[in-house]
Amino acid sequence: MELQRLAFSFFNGDVASRYWLDIVHGMWVTTYLAAAIVATGLAAGLALAMARSFHFRPASFVIVVFADAFRALPPLVVIIVLFFAFPYVDLAMSAFSATWLALSLVLAAFAEEIFWAGILSVPKGQTEAARSTGMSRLQTLVYVILPQAVRLTIAPLTNRMIAITKGTALGSVVAVHEIIYYASSGASEAGNPTPLTLGAAAYVVLFLPVVMFSRWIETRFAWKR
Amino acid sequence: MEQILQVFFNAAILERAWPFLMRGVTMTLLLSLVVVPIGLASGLAVAMLYHLHRKWLSRFLIAYVDFFRAFPPLVLLLFIYGGLPFLGIDLPLFGTVALAFLLNTSSYYGEIFRAGLESVPAGQAEAARSTGLSRGQTMLWVILPQATRNVLPDLISNTLEVIKLTTLASVIGFTELLNNARNAQALTYNATPIVAAALIYLVLLWPLVRLVSRLEHKSIAVR
Repeated sequence: MELQRLAFSFFNGDVASRYWLDIVHGMWVTTYLAAAIVATGLAAGLALAMARSFHFRPASFVIVVFADAFRALPPLVVIIVLFFAFPYVDLAMSAFSATWLALSLVLAAFAEEIFWAGILSVPKGQTEAARSTGMSRLQTLVYVILPQAVRLTIAPLTNRMIAITKGTALGSVVAVHEIIYYASSGASEAGNPTPLTLGAAAYVVLFLPVVMFSRWIETRFAWKR
Repeated sequence: MEQILQVFFNAAILERAWPFLMRGVTMTLLLSLVVVPIGLASGLAVAMLYHLHRKWLSRFLIAYVDFFRAFPPLVLLLFIYGGLPFLGIDLPLFGTVALAFLLNTSSYYGEIFRAGLESVPAGQAEAARSTGLSRGQTMLWVILPQATRNVLPDLISNTLEVIKLTTLASVIGFTELLNNARNAQALTYNATPIVAAALIYLVLLWPLVRLVSRLEHKSIAVR
């Protein structure tokens, strides 16, 4: 009896058949939102770390302030400020753009710190040797320092990317039509939590392989040498 | 410019919302003071169980940890919030949030402590045991202090993440800082309360960010 009620509530085939297409659509939105965030966040983080490596004080200062601020601010707060506060000054953006921008900024801040730590870990002699062969500062950075630095950043970057792409769920708070948006609106519409089960399953399907992959990455590219 | 001051940094509105925001800060701190120790304790338990190296237990724990790391915390929270009543369980809001955090943070802290325990050379335990310390004493006095020190930057950095995650509780109507700020914004038709809340988070958490940065750079410098 108990079991039957449990099945009726959480694994209701009837309800599931009505909502699974929505959830699949949500998975697609989650996936491309996550891909967009990873692309912008990593590119911006790398660019900032490279800019910082030229040791131009005012620029470095601004970068450090940016990285500190977006590592301190909870991502949900950033999303809500972008989505609910900016319209007051006629800078309205869609829920999707707000979520994308907020999480990209957060990822950029963390990625900058990780790339920067990687750059610092390359011995100074490498720069000096490259510069003395006649390479420019930028060439030294791109061809000598970064290839060595990036190796060390792979494990922490993977973890951070997972953490932040999971943050796409936060988009549901401002009604981005991703998995959890469909799952919770479906659950309240049907008066049955089965859509939530589907949504949870969708996340496991999307992210469990990534988490297991990161476990492999961690042993493959561990920080120790 | 005038307009930006008016809607983002409006002193009159801030004055009205201030007591409300401060009550939110208190709740955020309270929530953090509950969920961080719960997470640390349960994570340590997960790691110590793993450290027993019983094949099936370890497999189960890895599955548990990976499962909850794959789950966005918000999904977990909404699932528990929406699902428990159907099981006939009526948890207060605080309990719902604490349960979701327990499941989520125990796996993150568990992974960190596990790495810490593994970083202590086996010789340490052997030496301690051969001096006549019991298994429990060896763990408590010899292994744990070294393990904790080795992963201290990760522990602090995860604690920062957990405190940031308390904002999720606002989604189910728990009246912490973000929730109160959103309500104040809706009541006053002005963005000042959320901007103020963002600044409060910044002021509260910035020292922790600096600390994490310093510890991480130090540990890289050692290598």
